[in-house]
Amino acid sequence: MLLNPAIIALNSGSLLVTAFAFYALYTALRILTHWNIQSGSELQLLLEKKTYLISTVFSYVLGFELFSLVLFIFTAEHMHDLFVGAMCAAGSLNANDYGYVALVVKIITFMICGVWMIVNHTDNQAHDYPLIRPKYKLLILLTVMIALDTILQIKYFMGLRTDVITSCCGIIFSGESQSLTGSAASLPTTATMLVFYAALLLTLRVGFSVVITGRGAALYGLLAGATTIISLAAVISFISVYYYQLPTHHCPFCILQKDYSYIGYPLYLSLLLAGTTGMGTGVVESLKGPKSLAKVIPILRKRFCLISLAGFLIFALIASYPILFTDFVLNS
Amino acid sequence: MITLLKNLLSEMIWLERQRFFLDFTLSSLWRRKGRNLSLLVVYSLVTFLLSSVIFFTHALRKEAVIILKDGPEMIVQRTVGGRHSLIPVSYIEKIKLIRGVSSVNPRLWGYYFHPASRTNYTIMVPENFSQPDDTVETGAGVLRTWGPLTDGKLYIRAHDGEAIVLKPINTMGEGTDLVSSDLILMSETIFRKISGVPAGYATDLSVTIRNQRESATISTKITRDLPDTRPILKEDIIRTYSSLFDWRGGYVIVLLCGTVLAFFIFAWDRATGLSAEEKKEIGILKGIGWDTSDVLMMKFWEGVVISVSAFLLGVITAYIHIYVTSATLFQHALKGWSTLYPNFSLSPAIDPYQLAILFFLTVVPYTLLTIVPTWTVAVSDPDQVMRH
Amino acid sequence: MIQLSAITKSFHTGKTNEFHALKGINLEVSLGEVIVFVGPSGSGKTTLLSIIGCMSRPTSGRIWISGQEITSLPERFAARIRRETFGFIFQNYNLIKGISVLENTMLPAYPLGGKYRLTKERAITLLDKLGIGSKIQEHVEYLSGGEQQRVAIARALINAPSIIIADEPTAHLDTRLAGQLLEIFSGFRKEGKTILIASHDALVFESAVVDRVIAMRDGSVVK
Ligand SMILES: Nc1ncnc2c1ncn2[C@@H]1O[C@H](COP(=O)(O)OP(=O)(O)OP(=O)(O)O)[C@@H](O)[C@H]1O
Ligand SMILES: [Mg+2]
Repeated sequence: MLLNPAIIALNSGSLLVTAFAFYALYTALRILTHWNIQSGSELQLLLEKKTYLISTVFSYVLGFELFSLVLFIFTAEHMHDLFVGAMCAAGSLNANDYGYVALVVKIITFMICGVWMIVNHTDNQAHDYPLIRPKYKLLILLTVMIALDTILQIKYFMGLRTDVITSCCGIIFSGESQSLTGSAASLPTTATMLVFYAALLLTLRVGFSVVITGRGAALYGLLAGATTIISLAAVISFISVYYYQLPTHHCPFCILQKDYSYIGYPLYLSLLLAGTTGMGTGVVESLKGPKSLAKVIPILRKRFCLISLAGFLIFALIASYPILFTDFVLNS
Repeated sequence: MITLLKNLLSEMIWLERQRFFLDFTLSSLWRRKGRNLSLLVVYSLVTFLLSSVIFFTHALRKEAVIILKDGPEMIVQRTVGGRHSLIPVSYIEKIKLIRGVSSVNPRLWGYYFHPASRTNYTIMVPENFSQPDDTVETGAGVLRTWGPLTDGKLYIRAHDGEAIVLKPINTMGEGTDLVSSDLILMSETIFRKISGVPAGYATDLSVTIRNQRESATISTKITRDLPDTRPILKEDIIRTYSSLFDWRGGYVIVLLCGTVLAFFIFAWDRATGLSAEEKKEIGILKGIGWDTSDVLMMKFWEGVVISVSAFLLGVITAYIHIYVTSATLFQHALKGWSTLYPNFSLSPAIDPYQLAILFFLTVVPYTLLTIVPTWTVAVSDPDQVMRH
Repeated sequence: MIQLSAITKSFHTGKTNEFHALKGINLEVSLGEVIVFVGPSGSGKTTLLSIIGCMSRPTSGRIWISGQEITSLPERFAARIRRETFGFIFQNYNLIKGISVLENTMLPAYPLGGKYRLTKERAITLLDKLGIGSKIQEHVEYLSGGEQQRVAIARALINAPSIIIADEPTAHLDTRLAGQLLEIFSGFRKEGKTILIASHDALVFESAVVDRVIAMRDGSVVK
């Protein structure tokens, strides 16, 4: 086990947040069993007050998840010289079986939390809490993810041994590797580029029609999710390579380093924002039904769709910049 | 287009609202100066302590890595009875025969105890010492601690009791102060005289390797050919140092756990035990039309103001403590070296990573702990205000 | 128009100390009316005003304000209606100490997020009209009772409400100041504002400003 300040910070923070999430979930479930919007009883008034507690807890959790994602990667980056063979976060995360799983779960948890906040926001716009049941049921999933994230993170850090020999980005993200990451790196560049830009254009096209006509939001949600995944594959396959200008270096982490002026942060953050609000757009659309939401949903749909589109545009700009403005050409 | 403008307008209203809340928060913090000041002081103090630990270990780690980076790829020591012993220079030829080794050099270094100042100095023969035999180059700490010189010269007792007089001619720069501070560089002849290392022997051997990746293979070959030696790889040393400093930082933070916990209890108590005055104020605000989320927003800003000021205050004072006053408060506790370095200075090295850790250790728990108490006052009934 | 139908309010429901503060109140108030609620202490006047003013929710019954049902609105909507429709004047003024007259007056406008400059201008105009324009930078704790009362009135008016709710507004005022207050109220009446007052004070319920006096006893309307 390693004991460094970052690990202590991450683990204790995650434990605290998990405790809060469970407390909020417990409160939410109690609200559901006694909920009666028609009543003006003292109990009902108290339950309505508690909805504020839950919203507050999870808006802080959302912020926490984002920070912990960043600090987690930072820490993996920083620890690389403790492991034989590690040159960046890719190697540290590979030092045991939990590293990458923890990272993926963290990202998913953040996105679910974001979508939950969007559902909650939608519900708050109506006079009669139309979504109280689905949204608090979704909290069960969210809380489980938060707990899972905490467990995996702790298992990862507890399981670290400085004497292990790990393999780093050069191997994990190389065409020869048989793993999922390896296959992302060995994707034929031209084809991946085509698929990536096609997906991006399609998403933007559908997005603009959602904004203008209000139709196709559900489709947009799906496309946004798919494009996020395709974009991640594209980062490994060629976007990162254009930043490194080294035809065989496919690492998705090195772009987070100072040497590349931290360009990875705006790149990933814009993608996360776009993906989360994009899926949120689809989810908001699927909440159509309650009469009290009829007026609100078109407004929210448009707002989240605009945010998501902005996110994808920023991502596309950052991703395309080195392709357009450097002499480096990647042939596969 | 019109809807877009409307959206923009609603965003502006949102911003304007935040400004109102922030304004009000600042004025109400100011109104309760005394109370908030004590919170701020304690909060900053905790941040200061944690920041100092983190900056310090980080700086030491960085320093060590920089020094080691310039060192040889591999060092070969000889062990006798499990302990480090002098190595015959004849081993050099044997190691040179191994494929992939580009050069092997003997290293001569050791310690000299100076009774007058009761300190240990590192004595060493650099690769090309071009000065006359009776002169030495010293680190910045040597002349400072040695005591009075006689005619500007150092009197040294050799291993056989003979007195040797050496003239310090050159003081090494302050840049790499931490390691070079206690160094005395001299010629090989003088070194052998002082230390008693016989000709034909060296302290250890430094090995340079053509291709870094082969270092592990070469190391096994050396132990096979020369069973009484122990090769040490540079990356192993860096790894050990890195984890040592990381671990030290973590360990100290665990030790500080009690302090930090006490602070959080204090903060929690603060947040729960609002004064009657403050509760009444929130009651009035709710009565005149603020809603729960407005009060929560105001309290959010309050948390931001307090946390940001405490964080900045703590971090800046810690920065001054570590890099300007050379960690006066816990030099001895953390450094684990001799007392030789009264004014070594660390080169400032702060990166976003350390700030993120500190933020996580202080602001995150503080914020989480104040959620429930804040909520409790925020949901107070607006009609309360009619019953005062 | 304000309509109340079968409003009840209970405290400590289901416990041994269960208490019914309001027992089936039916009431209609037309726009522009000035109404005074009278009745012995504990008869439920304050409770009724707080329910009409969206400060608390009735245990049962329904309320419409200008045709909109407000009975089971979640707090955030109730608060919105509260700050846009109602202005409150409390018995103890309930000003916030340590901040200026101006800031106190502007407080109800903060959650609306209007332009700071415009809000400030509005507050100054109001304070001028109420004759305390010279004291806007003063801290409220240094003001006299009558001045505090007028700051409270300015605060109640900052969001230009159509209904004014005043609970025992003359409790701490001498006859002269109470007379001035009633004059201010009669000004409101001319502007077409609806005014709901709870008061024990004969000076108030016998005043010419008042259109209707409603007597309460034990949580019910008796007249
Ligand atoms: N939060 C509460 N919990 C319990 N009882 C309450 C609460 N609020 C009001 N009551 C009770 O409801 C009754 C009506 O109170 P209310 O303040 O409306 O009377 P009132 O007519 O305004 O009296 P006064 O003239 O003295 O101001 C009182 O008996 C009071 O004790
Ligand atoms: Mg009363």
